[in-house]
Amino acid sequence: MGKRVGIENSIAAADAIKMANVDVVAAYPITPQTHIVEHLAELVADGELDAEFIPVESEHSAMSVCCGSVAVGARTFTCTSAQGLALMNEIVFIAASLRLPIIMILANRSLSGPLSIWNDHTDVMSVRDCGWIQVFADNGQELFDHILFAYRVGEDPNVSLPVMVNIDGFIVTHVIEAVEYWEEEQVKKYLPPFKPVNILHPDKPITMGAFGMPGIFSEAKKAQDEALIASKPHIMKAWDEMAQIVGRRYEPVETYQLEGAETAFLTMGSFSETASIAIDTLREQGKPVGQIKLRLWRPFPFDEIREAAKSIKKLIVIDRAISYGGPGGPVASEIRAALYREKNMPAIANFLCGFAGRDVTANDFIKMYEKTEELARSKKPIREEDYIFYGVRE
Amino acid sequence: LFLNRKGVLAVPKSEEELGWKDIEPGCAVSEPGNAAQYRTGDWRSIRPVWDHAKCIKCGVCYIFCPDAAIHKNEEGYFEADLYYCKGCGICAHECITGCIKMVEEAE
Repeated sequence: MGKRVGIENSIAAADAIKMANVDVVAAYPITPQTHIVEHLAELVADGELDAEFIPVESEHSAMSVCCGSVAVGARTFTCTSAQGLALMNEIVFIAASLRLPIIMILANRSLSGPLSIWNDHTDVMSVRDCGWIQVFADNGQELFDHILFAYRVGEDPNVSLPVMVNIDGFIVTHVIEAVEYWEEEQVKKYLPPFKPVNILHPDKPITMGAFGMPGIFSEAKKAQDEALIASKPHIMKAWDEMAQIVGRRYEPVETYQLEGAETAFLTMGSFSETASIAIDTLREQGKPVGQIKLRLWRPFPFDEIREAAKSIKKLIVIDRAISYGGPGGPVASEIRAALYREKNMPAIANFLCGFAGRDVTANDFIKMYEKTEELARSKKPIREEDYIFYGVRE
Repeated sequence: LFLNRKGVLAVPKSEEELGWKDIEPGCAVSEPGNAAQYRTGDWRSIRPVWDHAKCIKCGVCYIFCPDAAIHKNEEGYFEADLYYCKGCGICAHECITGCIKMVEEAE
């Protein structure tokens, strides 16, 4: 068993990246990602990590450097948040279409405006369709584990896709937690050396990023979609092996107190832990409440969601982003689509909350539960366009 | 013929024949130099025609052709390879004696 350390999660994340023995780090500083990259810069400067640290002039350049370095077979890391992600947007999509296994931590922060530095999921939802594998980690330990997982899965020759590890900015990145470090031997066993599927090398010249005429573009998109869908069994295998090596088991969809539950919260990221505290309280009061945690955002785990929700009557979906003028939150949209043809489709109450770092406490989750029960008692059907901005002042 | 990813000699398929399963991961082009197969002549709406009575075989058209689609024939006259010639008209514009005329493809 690895050593358990009380440490800021960002520093632990940088240490995990060091343990993955990356060759290139290219990143531009942005709050709340800063501590991760700062610590990596120190590790490189101090000679503890033998890697090229490339202090690029923008996030657009950061992601461009990452594409280049993975294309020549270097294990690569980058990290950003909100506006940084927006600036690198163009290359984020290209990285996936080129099947370049770049690993990025997205320290989730609200996209401006108004200008904000605090946490929600508006940044990640802006690149929902970028073609990356996207996972959510709830705490420092999960972040540490998922950095090694990301390299293992992304670089798997059967996958060869970029992986985005989402972590809530400040709420998780800047907090000191107990994190169990992996042992070198465990990392070695779990993460083989990077052998790229495609590599730019003079001995065997290839072209990457060629022009796609209308006659081939649809086939290229179909191939990309199939590649992301086909990554799922390899994702499962990587989580299985992690469970065998370090004893922590992760699933695309995880549940808490779902046995006998009639109502369930559906959460992503650090809210999952807060919601489970509320569930404990509600369960003590005899309320049949459980929780579904969505860890794997892309490829979307349709079967697991259907299985988890099959005996739920009321599903409270928490969104930390909004599709303006649309059906509320992006997570609720996906969940409704996944459950649409189910025989016992639950009523879905969509709450939008926790924007730009506004605290949502366990007590707030209890209030959302009560509001949902009240809606259910009113017998009025909950329609798709009915979403609730929780806690907004009139 | 070229050596494909599985090390098997294969006939290169044209873009229109490729199914999604034929596409290399990341749309990489693993066959170097295959841009030569690209029929840019498809883009042409006008085509250069040389008047040999006026042509002095100076080769200015050959030098200026941005696609290297002009070559010298056995008689020393220059002509366009219509597989690649896009019909840009630069050769006709630069021709010293005005011997090159751009003719509508429709004619």
